[in-house]
Amino acid sequence: MQQPLLSMEGISKSFNGIKVLDSVNFSLHKGEVHALMGGNGAGKSTLMKILTGVYTADEGEIFIEGKKVSINNTEDAKRNYISMIFQEFSLVPTLTVAQNIFLTREPKNSIGFLNEKLCNEKTKELLKELEVDVEPTDVIANLGVGYWQMTEIAKALSQNTKILIMDEPTSSLTKKETEVLFDIIHKLKEKGISIIYISHRMDEIFQICDRITVLRDGKKITTENCDEISMETVIQHIVGADLDKAFEWKERVYSTEGTPVLEVKNLASGTKVKNISFRLYPGEILGVAGLMGSGRSEMVRAIFGIDPIDGGEIFVKGKKCTIKDPVDAINVGIALIPEDRRMQGLILQHSVKENIILPILSKIKRGIFLDNRKANDIAETFVKTLNIKTDDIFKTVRLLSGGNQQKIVLAKWLANNPDILVLDEPTIGVDIGAKTEIMDIIRKLADSGKAVLVISSELQELLAVSDRIIVVHGGEVVKELKRKEIHSEEVLQHAIQGH
Amino acid sequence: MPSKDIKLNEQVKLQNSVSFAKRFKGVDWRDYIVYIAFIGVIIYFSVTLYDDGFLTTSNLLNIARQTAMISIMGVAMTFVISTGEIDLSVGSITALASLTAALALKAGLGLLGGVAVGLGTGLVIGVVNGLLITKVAIPSFLVTLGMMGIVKGLAMWITDTAPVPIVHSTFNFLFGSGDIGSIPILLVWTLVITVIGHIILKKTAFGRQTLATGGNEMAAKFTGVKTSKIKFLVFVGSGLMAGFAGLLYAGRMHAGRFTFGEGDELSVIAAVILGGTSLFGGVGTVIGTVIGSLMIGTINNGLIIMGLDVSQQMIVKGLIIILAVAFGRKTLKK
Ligand SMILES: Nc1ncnc2c1ncn2[C@@H]1O[C@H](COP(=O)(O)OP(=O)(O)OP(=O)(O)O)[C@@H](O)[C@H]1O
Ligand SMILES: [Mg+2]
Repeated sequence: MQQPLLSMEGISKSFNGIKVLDSVNFSLHKGEVHALMGGNGAGKSTLMKILTGVYTADEGEIFIEGKKVSINNTEDAKRNYISMIFQEFSLVPTLTVAQNIFLTREPKNSIGFLNEKLCNEKTKELLKELEVDVEPTDVIANLGVGYWQMTEIAKALSQNTKILIMDEPTSSLTKKETEVLFDIIHKLKEKGISIIYISHRMDEIFQICDRITVLRDGKKITTENCDEISMETVIQHIVGADLDKAFEWKERVYSTEGTPVLEVKNLASGTKVKNISFRLYPGEILGVAGLMGSGRSEMVRAIFGIDPIDGGEIFVKGKKCTIKDPVDAINVGIALIPEDRRMQGLILQHSVKENIILPILSKIKRGIFLDNRKANDIAETFVKTLNIKTDDIFKTVRLLSGGNQQKIVLAKWLANNPDILVLDEPTIGVDIGAKTEIMDIIRKLADSGKAVLVISSELQELLAVSDRIIVVHGGEVVKELKRKEIHSEEVLQHAIQGH
Repeated sequence: MPSKDIKLNEQVKLQNSVSFAKRFKGVDWRDYIVYIAFIGVIIYFSVTLYDDGFLTTSNLLNIARQTAMISIMGVAMTFVISTGEIDLSVGSITALASLTAALALKAGLGLLGGVAVGLGTGLVIGVVNGLLITKVAIPSFLVTLGMMGIVKGLAMWITDTAPVPIVHSTFNFLFGSGDIGSIPILLVWTLVITVIGHIILKKTAFGRQTLATGGNEMAAKFTGVKTSKIKFLVFVGSGLMAGFAGLLYAGRMHAGRFTFGEGDELSVIAAVILGGTSLFGGVGTVIGTVIGSLMIGTINNGLIIMGLDVSQQMIVKGLIIILAVAFGRKTLKK
C-alpha cells in the first residue's frame, strides 16, 4: 500500500477528565476525499482541531508523508499546508470579502502599504473560480450566511493548501451552491489536494467521497471504501442502532375549516420581502421552500418583529396584531428558532441551563426570585427529552458540539410552549439521529394542535414533515403545493428553480 | 411540551445530585483569583506590617470605611459592565450629589429632604444617561464621558467651588460618620448594598436578563429580552448609587464638596474588572467586585503604613492590579 499523506495514530483527548477522543487512528491519501462521520459530539471537530493545532492531543502522533510532525498551534498547521474551514465561521464581519481572505497575508506595494487593488483582483479570480456571485469589496456583515461559507472556502484555497478540512461546509448552502462546491472539490482533487469532509448529509458523502471513517463516542468505529459500504450500514455505525424510516412522509389529519392560527396578508418588509400571504392552521406544518436570498428568513424576521413591517397585516387566531418587537410576537404565542444559532440563538458563554430558561424567566419566578430548582428541573428535562449531549446543565454552551448547540436553541423555545413555532433551518449541523428526533418533535407538536412553520433548504427534510409547502421567490409567494401532490423531490426542486 | 412522567423526574433528581458533585470537581481556581489575591495581600501585610498595627481592628475597620463608596458604586457598575456598557460619570455624580444634599439640608428641607435631593440628583443623571444611550443610541462611553464633564462643571458652578458644610448631626451619623457599636455605619451600608446587588444579579429575572444582554445582545433580543429597557435601568441604578455614595462622602466629611469622588470612576471600574466581571459583558459578580474594591483599599492602606510615597504607591498598585487580572485570564488552550 502506498504511504498515506497524513496519518494520525492513537489520538486521545480529554476535557475536564472526560474523554472525547479515545486512541483514534485516521489516515488520508493524496488526492483523496475522506469523509469523517459521526453523531453530534462524537469528536469529529475535536479531532480536526487537533490536526490544525487549535487543541493539542493528550496522546498520539501525527505523521505527514511518513515524517512525524508536531502541531501545537495554527501556525504549525499552516506550515504543513493544512487548512480548515471551521464549522463556526472565522470571518471578521466588518471587513470586506477580499480583506478577510487575505487577512494577515495582505498584498503590499513596494513601500509596504496595503495594495487593496491587487487584493481585490486576486479575490475576484478566486471567486470566479468558485463561481460565486459576490464582489471582493462586499462587506461580510451585509452578505448572507451562505456567502460567508464561500468566502471561507476561497480563503482556504488561497493558501496553497495540501490538506483541506471542511467541517460541515454545505450546512448553509443551497442545492445549487452545493453543486458548485462539489465541482470545486473535484477540481481540487485533480490537483492532488486531499480533503477531509465532515458532514451529516449521507447523500453528499456517497456523491463525492472516496473513503468514510465513522466515529462514535470518541472511538473510531470503522474506515471503509465508499463503494464497498451501504448507506444503511453507515447510519448503523453512526447511531449504533437501526433507524426506522424517519424521512418517510405520512399524511396527517387536521382541519383547514376554522380560523387560521396565523394569517399573513400582503406582508412587505425592507427590500427582500415584497408581498407575502399565507395561512397557517392549528395542527398544520407549513413548509417554506426557496433559494437563498429569496426572502424567507427576512419574512420570518418581520413576522417575529425583528425587522420593521412596511406593509400588510398579520392576524393571530383571527385577531389583527401589531408586532413591533419580539416581545409582542412572543406575547401572541409565536416562537422563532433563528437560522444563525451562534449570533441569534445563543449566549455562548452562558450555561446550557441559563440559555434554556432565558425565554421563560417570568414563568419560573417565586415572588421576585427565580425558582432555581424549577429552572434546573426544566433544563434537565429538555436535555433528556432532546437527548442533548452535555456533561451537565451547567456546561458552557460554547463548549458543546455544533449539533447539540442547535438542540439547545430548540429546547429554549419549546420550554416556552408557544402556539406557533417558526423554525428557520432547524437542522443545520444536526446529526442524522438528532435530525430524525427533531422531525419527530415537529410532528408531535403539530399533532398536539400547534402550528409549525418550517423553512429549510434540505428538500428531503421539508418533504418529510410538511403538510403544505409554499415556495418563496423574490420576496413573494409564487407557488403553493399540497404535500400529497408532490410525488418526488424533483417536483419541488423544479418549483423552486422554475422562476 | 414534553410530558414529564414520574420516572423521568426521578432520573432528573438523580442527575442533579451527580452534577452537583461534578460541579465541585471542575472548579477552576482562576475564577477565584481575586479572592486568592485578596487573602494573599492580607497575609503579606499581616506578617510584614504586624508591628505597625496593620492587623488591628481599628485599622481594618478603617479600610472598610475608606472603600465603602467604591464598593457601593462598584455594585451598580457591575450591572453596567455586565451589559457590556460603561459609566464614566459616577465620580462626578458623587460630587454634585454631595453638594445638592448639603444645600437641601442647609435650606432646612430636613433629613429626608436632603437624602431625597442627593439621591434624586444621581437618579436624574442616570435617567439622562440611559435615555441618551438607549433612545439616541450614542455609545455609553461617549455619553458618560460627556456627562462626567458636565456634572463636574455643575458641581463647581452651583456654589462657585465653595464647600457647603453640613451641621445636621443625624445625617452625618447615618451617612458616614456613625458607628453602630464598634461597627462603622459605612460598613453596614456596604454590606446591605452588596447583598441586595448580589441577589438581584444572581436570583432575579432582571439579573439574568442583564447578563444575557451583555452576553449576546442580538440573541437576547431574539429571545424577547427588552435589552434597551435593561440598559436604561442599569444606568439609572448606577446614577442612583453614585448619588448614594455622594451622601456618604458628605456625611463622612460633614460637607458637600466638588472634589469628592475625583477619579473614583477608574477605581470603581478597576474593582469591577478585578473582581471577575467581564469588560465585554455577559459575565458579572457583585461579590467579586466588593472583594476587588477591598483589595485595592487594603493595598493602599498597607503601602501607606509601609511609608511608601504617593508615586511609589501608584506604581505598586498598578502592578498588582495588572498581575491579578493576568493570572485570572483564561486561555482556551490547556
Ligand atoms: N473545549 C472544550 N471543553 C470541554 N468540552 C469540549 C470542548 N470541546 C469539545 N468538547 C466536548 O467534546 C465532545 C466532542 O465535540 P466535537 O465538537 O468534536 O463533536 P462533533 O463530532 O464535531 O459534533 P457535531 O457534529 O455536533 O459538530 C462534545 O461532547 C463536546 O461537548
Ligand atoms: Mg463539529
